[in-house]
Amino acid sequence: MSQTTTTEREATGRAGPSQDVRRSSPEKDRSGPAPHPATVLAQNAPKQPATQGKPKTAKVPRRLLAAVAAAAVLAAVAATLWGSGSWPGGLTVDLSGPLGRANDWIIDNRDSHWLFLYFLGHISGAIIASVHAVYTVLLALGWAGVSAAAALLAWRFAGPRVAVTTLASFAVCGLLGMWVPTMRTLALMIVAVAASVAVGALLGLAAGLSDRTFRALRPVLDTMQALPAFAYLMPVVLIFGIGVAPAVLATVVYAAPPMARLTALGLRSTDKGILEAVESLGATARQRLLTARLPLARRELLLGVNQTIMMALSMAVIASVIGADGLGDRVYQALSTVDVGSALAAGIPIVLLAIVLDRITSGRASSGDHAHSRPRTIAAWATGALAVAVVAVISDQTWPTGWTVAIAKPVNTAKDWLVDHLYTGLPVIGGTADWSAHYTAWILDPLRDGLQALPWWGALILVAALARLIGTWRTTLTAVLALAAIGVLGRWDTSLDTLSQVVAAVAVTLVLGFALAVPVARSARVERLMRPVLDVCQTMPQFVYLIPVVALFGVGRAPAAAAAIVYALPAVVRITSQGLRRVNPGAMESARSLGATSGQQLRQVQFPLARQELLLAVNQAVVLVLSVVIIGGLVGGGALGYEVVFGLARGDLAAGLVAGTAIVCLGLMLDRCTQPTKKGAHDGA
Amino acid sequence: MARTCTLAASALALLAATGCGAADMTKQSSPYADAQGTKTVTLSVQSWVGARANAAVAQYLLEHELGYRVDTVQVDEVPAWDALSQGRVDAILEDWGHPDQEKRYVEDKKTVTPGGDLGVDGHIGWFVPKYFADAHPDVLDWKNLNKYASRLRTSESGGKGQLLDGSPSYVTNDKALVKNLGLDYQVVFAGSEAAQITQIKQFAKDKKPFLTYWYEPQWLFNEVPMVEVKLPEHTESCEKKGAADPATVDCAYPTSSLQKFFNAEFTRKGGKAARFLHNFRWTKNDQNEVAQMMAEDGLSAEEAGKKWVRKHPDVWKRWIP
Repeated sequence: MSQTTTTEREATGRAGPSQDVRRSSPEKDRSGPAPHPATVLAQNAPKQPATQGKPKTAKVPRRLLAAVAAAAVLAAVAATLWGSGSWPGGLTVDLSGPLGRANDWIIDNRDSHWLFLYFLGHISGAIIASVHAVYTVLLALGWAGVSAAAALLAWRFAGPRVAVTTLASFAVCGLLGMWVPTMRTLALMIVAVAASVAVGALLGLAAGLSDRTFRALRPVLDTMQALPAFAYLMPVVLIFGIGVAPAVLATVVYAAPPMARLTALGLRSTDKGILEAVESLGATARQRLLTARLPLARRELLLGVNQTIMMALSMAVIASVIGADGLGDRVYQALSTVDVGSALAAGIPIVLLAIVLDRITSGRASSGDHAHSRPRTIAAWATGALAVAVVAVISDQTWPTGWTVAIAKPVNTAKDWLVDHLYTGLPVIGGTADWSAHYTAWILDPLRDGLQALPWWGALILVAALARLIGTWRTTLTAVLALAAIGVLGRWDTSLDTLSQVVAAVAVTLVLGFALAVPVARSARVERLMRPVLDVCQTMPQFVYLIPVVALFGVGRAPAAAAAIVYALPAVVRITSQGLRRVNPGAMESARSLGATSGQQLRQVQFPLARQELLLAVNQAVVLVLSVVIIGGLVGGGALGYEVVFGLARGDLAAGLVAGTAIVCLGLMLDRCTQPTKKGAHDGA
Repeated sequence: MARTCTLAASALALLAATGCGAADMTKQSSPYADAQGTKTVTLSVQSWVGARANAAVAQYLLEHELGYRVDTVQVDEVPAWDALSQGRVDAILEDWGHPDQEKRYVEDKKTVTPGGDLGVDGHIGWFVPKYFADAHPDVLDWKNLNKYASRLRTSESGGKGQLLDGSPSYVTNDKALVKNLGLDYQVVFAGSEAAQITQIKQFAKDKKPFLTYWYEPQWLFNEVPMVEVKLPEHTESCEKKGAADPATVDCAYPTSSLQKFFNAEFTRKGGKAARFLHNFRWTKNDQNEVAQMMAEDGLSAEEAGKKWVRKHPDVWKRWIP
């Protein structure tokens, strides 16, 4: 007992377990709610070993030279062998035949083969049974019971303010007439999060305790983090068909990695001194784990749970495309009829759910060290549980029908007015339809045509050069192989179409993001104003962003780009402004004393010194934009996202799976091209 | 070593807990169905508004006349067949003809049973707006379409004329048709029917010409009058050829009577709900009336269903078993 308290005290007072944790924790403490999942992961993850000891600037020209020389040789060889232009047909492999046969085989044998009857059937059955059980409990508690229980949890974990927010949020869900869909999403979420946390914690435990597992697992987790959620849907549909079971499985696969990664990180960053001390006290391996390493990693574990919940919500909503039901299904139904009002009525509860879940779990992560005396805690819990039970018994079970507010119609009226007045023909700035037409005609089309006109080996060399400039040989190799794999799959032109959308949207995101980040970094007041906006934006699931853009920009590639930009912007602003703010004050001071103007300081001191963060911002922008551009297939974005939608819609899993694999490769390529390698020296500031 | 043992033991325990028996995932229904002892019917709702009109009226009557709870799930056409055979959906109320799926699930696996006619005939074709057809009557023959390709160009059609298609999930041979008839057109998928309607309305507002994949019955004809372009006549030999290889189709779409399909288990044990849905049969005008209320007047499915039910008791009284 005394041993535990000692280690805990040391844990809270430790100077800083590792560079990686330190990078994310100040943000965590200051901002309260979690930063964007992907952002934290990227910050936490030591993606590449810090191989470069020497300053990078000296290395760049030599690298560039080497890359150019290699490129020239390769280009000559490639051009003579296969000619220029699009990916050569001789180098593609058509997978649609075998994949189609596999699909048929699965459908024909799903009710007879032992693999399905004795293994996959049990998995699916267990998932359905658990979701059913949770859903039944939620229904039995009734609306008042669920609200009270949620408020109790919020109060115990995160304080009275969050409890009030929780109550209000649940009330709004009911008022919007979305009580039942909300409960369905909640039931699915509870099961999916429990499974994700269990799986993630086990994987993280293995990786945290064994170096070999860690080395094997890390690239896999890295890759999974860079992939758009949409790519996960096809394989589970292939095996399990449409429904709740595949939706839960896709959610678990998507949401478990952050838990695994943060658990491993937490365990591995334990202070060596403490471990030695515990060992010298004669603790066994298990005691060391339970009494020292796990308690010391508590912050990372809680952060992992928080990240897992946020990612699970995001995926649970997207999984409506494969029959997950609940709030996502309402959004999906409304989107397919461009009924913005109904989509909003279903979208608001999603956002509220996201905010509530985030506040509850992140509240624990930052203020988890309250020393409650045990009897008082138990008494409080018991009182709370009793109150919940009483409320559940005396209240109705379903939300009273009279208590709803139909917002769909007024919202649609407002939207029609907006569209009528903003859509086209505004003086000087033009309407949103004009913007979207110009964006498509002046930016997207030339970019796409340019990329597609590029000789295929030219594209490979371009990617290689880019990846080599920013990353290591290994990232370069991965990027080039991923791009080549796209060609082999026969998705060259479609992927370049998607790529053009990503590149254009990333460019816009970065321009806007950097422009916004400068005032945020410089003025505390702007930062205070922006912080809640960024917080809310970062917790919203990707799906929600599709609703307003369809209203404003119609359908096509432009609305997909708009959604992507809005989705990626907060992460870019946050990372960039942090980078700018963290620039050594000494350097700033000396620049000022040399008489540098504000703009000069920015260009010549802050931006160069924050290079690492800027690169990270680019990387995040690319990953986040890609994920939304793919979902943009639902609103006419075309290209790879459309092929996945098409595959799902037509039951043509071969087309969908190939497109899904191409998305994976594209994501891998983009991530590796922009992945900054870590330098130890910079973070010392 | 000890760890391996623990692992093996827990794996065994898991197996034991799950019952070791066979678990047929094709017989696992939705976890949300039948909660708290209510009888639930799950209807598949496709994204086009006619199908949503069917579901709206069926849902209203099942809930208010027969005391069921109705869940509607949006699933695309082909996956809906799979979901139907697995019992995750109980009924599809409007099917436009999927011979492959019919053969697999109705004839071979016997997990789906036909539910009879919906009473509505469906026809798919290519349409141009009436104002354009009036000005250029020769556009109504497919042989003259190439003449107008340059006028139908858009930013998404890449230098060719645009043939606007809706959702990728709908029954369509358009890509094959364009290729086999040697047309200078590009098929552009709007992504969803609603997107397609938005697009058509925008075109109509500016009186711009367009060529679109469209179908009857559809309420939009009341608002944007359109005329069908004559494609090569639909013949049996062409249909056979198309069934063997969809890429060889070179004739018009057939006119087909729309069908209902039920899960086999639901047909047997669905009681009143199954019999009611089997009797569900109405006309093109009925469907259009409800569809227009939903799509044009912005009524919710429930309100539209209620309004129609109030107005036409003579029609639906016959359906109640």
